[in-house]
Amino acid sequence: MAGELVTRQQALPPPGENASLIGWARKNLFSSWFNTLQTLLALGLLALLLRPALVWLFEQAEWRVIQDNFRLLMTGQYPIDQLWRVWLCLHLLAAILGLTWGVWVRGWWYIGGAILLILAVLAALARDPAVRLHLLILVGSALFGVGLGWVGGRRLLGRTLTGAWVLYFPLVLLIIRGISGGEGEFRLVPSNFWGGLLLTFLLTVVGIVVSFPLGILLALGRRSQLPAIRWVSTAYIELIRGVPLITILFMASTMVPLFLPSGVTIDRVLRAMVGITLFSAAYLAENVRGGLQAIPHGQYEAAQALGLSGFHTMTLIILPQALRIVIPVLVGQFISLFKDTSLVTTIGLLDLLGIGRSILANPQYISYQHEVLVFITFIYWSFSFLMSLLSQRLETALGVGQR
Amino acid sequence: MSQSPSSTQAIIQCSDVHKWYGSYHALRGISMDIQAGEVVVIFGPSGSGKSTFIRTLNRLEEHQRGQIIVDGIELTHDVRNIERIRQEIGIVFQQFNLFPHLTVIQNITIAPIWVRKWPRRSAEEAAMSLLERVGIPEQAQKFPGQLSGGQQQRVAIARALAMQPKIMLFDEPTSALDPEMIKEVLDVMIELAKSGMTMVVVTHEMGFARGVANRMFFFDEGQVVESGTPKEIFETPREERTKLFLSQILTH
Repeated sequence: MAGELVTRQQALPPPGENASLIGWARKNLFSSWFNTLQTLLALGLLALLLRPALVWLFEQAEWRVIQDNFRLLMTGQYPIDQLWRVWLCLHLLAAILGLTWGVWVRGWWYIGGAILLILAVLAALARDPAVRLHLLILVGSALFGVGLGWVGGRRLLGRTLTGAWVLYFPLVLLIIRGISGGEGEFRLVPSNFWGGLLLTFLLTVVGIVVSFPLGILLALGRRSQLPAIRWVSTAYIELIRGVPLITILFMASTMVPLFLPSGVTIDRVLRAMVGITLFSAAYLAENVRGGLQAIPHGQYEAAQALGLSGFHTMTLIILPQALRIVIPVLVGQFISLFKDTSLVTTIGLLDLLGIGRSILANPQYISYQHEVLVFITFIYWSFSFLMSLLSQRLETALGVGQR
Repeated sequence: MSQSPSSTQAIIQCSDVHKWYGSYHALRGISMDIQAGEVVVIFGPSGSGKSTFIRTLNRLEEHQRGQIIVDGIELTHDVRNIERIRQEIGIVFQQFNLFPHLTVIQNITIAPIWVRKWPRRSAEEAAMSLLERVGIPEQAQKFPGQLSGGQQQRVAIARALAMQPKIMLFDEPTSALDPEMIKEVLDVMIELAKSGMTMVVVTHEMGFARGVANRMFFFDEGQVVESGTPKEIFETPREERTKLFLSQILTH
């Protein structure tokens, strides 16, 4: 055959870019005298604005108030001799997280190592020997989990792990609450002793874990072909969405007792949990419905044509795709749920914000408003940011094969 | 019911099938009997009702008048009958409709495992031999989004075959493919036709029709305008509409 008339062009690397920090700065900040001027002006302005904040943060603020009340901020009035239960929950969490890491994640060792290192340093710095011991156990159980997961692997431990997560949340409630009528080491700690970050977490976790399945059912209900189910779901969603959370919490705390026979009382924290869950479920339902609508009709057809039942079509084909689409929205909703739990202060519960305010009501600490509020803000921010990071990781991890 | 005495009972029997979308009369009395092992090609201009018709055969579309009997079971509102029939009929769509969140092998095994209740291992073995049959065993662990269109469509064929259907429906299986990928899909379909599978194929691939079809049906405006063997259709079409359509698709 005849030779090629056009010589083949070799594939070339893309034109290089100067990736160094200095190169970047020269290109983006100091490319002309005008840009240089702007950069310098902006830097000056930034220093002017930030300086007072930094001076306050490191020189003027008196963080003793946080140190003195640290236990209150974390666990509220939870009995001191029972604090080991809270630690136990954390140890279990560390073990399960470690196990998850070992079985599923198996990467990002820097992050995991950094967390463990921070815990170890805290243990070394801790003055209270009990705290030091618990911090060390925390590191130990996390490492144990990682090791076990690494050795066991997916095939052996995959199911166990899912089971552990499912069991963990009810177990935490049981450990924190204790057994009614129980004596000594495992006695009942009524919920009015729960407080601080502990209460905030419990409200958030129960809110998320319970409202998630409820929201999915409501979303499916709203798309149901049975009119009765569709109307009930729609009515519920629209009713709840039309009312502020604070109103629901008030109703739960003041009106629910009116409908109960005298003598029967429902725990105040439980009422708040129910209120938050019902509220969150309505929003979640709408978010999930958005995901369901994004699934092309062909997916339903393909599943049905294979003979999959309606239930299997939903649980195996449609929901996994729909939920993946709405992960960013759901995490956003869970972050706002986390922050919205602070509204329970209005019905007299002492969550993180509530306990902060009650500390400030103490004449001894009345002048430390800024310190306490900045600390609380920092706590809310760090956990919200953590959730946000996790969601990004989750998206990348689940995006495998998706174009 | 036109049933010639010489033939065994037809595996698909349609008589006077009508279908409306709102007030639009999409199928206007289709009658067709298909014998087991037959390869039938349906063609016609877009909007002629050919896709709608093929989709009534496994009730992805509901017909409102007439009768459809597949493998001895009449298609009615009875959900249990519908699910039974769908297990016996595989369908391949124009847009593949693979499940993007599952790997290739999971796409193929999901129905045998959950509907037929096969053990995972034997379902996977069967899936691998199907992937070899369609020529892409090395893609088993990939996700559909990582495959070319032709490969995706071959996975879709394997997925339908995994349920060991008696009948395969093809709804314009090559229309969404780039030209160089059409052949790899047609080759799989030709092999399937030669293995004795009952096939109903909506397509404009006239080479395929000429090669393996037993009968062809020309659809226009919701009706069967003309039917016959490929030889009759291509060489001595009786209807003006058939001649015109064939001249349009064969001479560009």
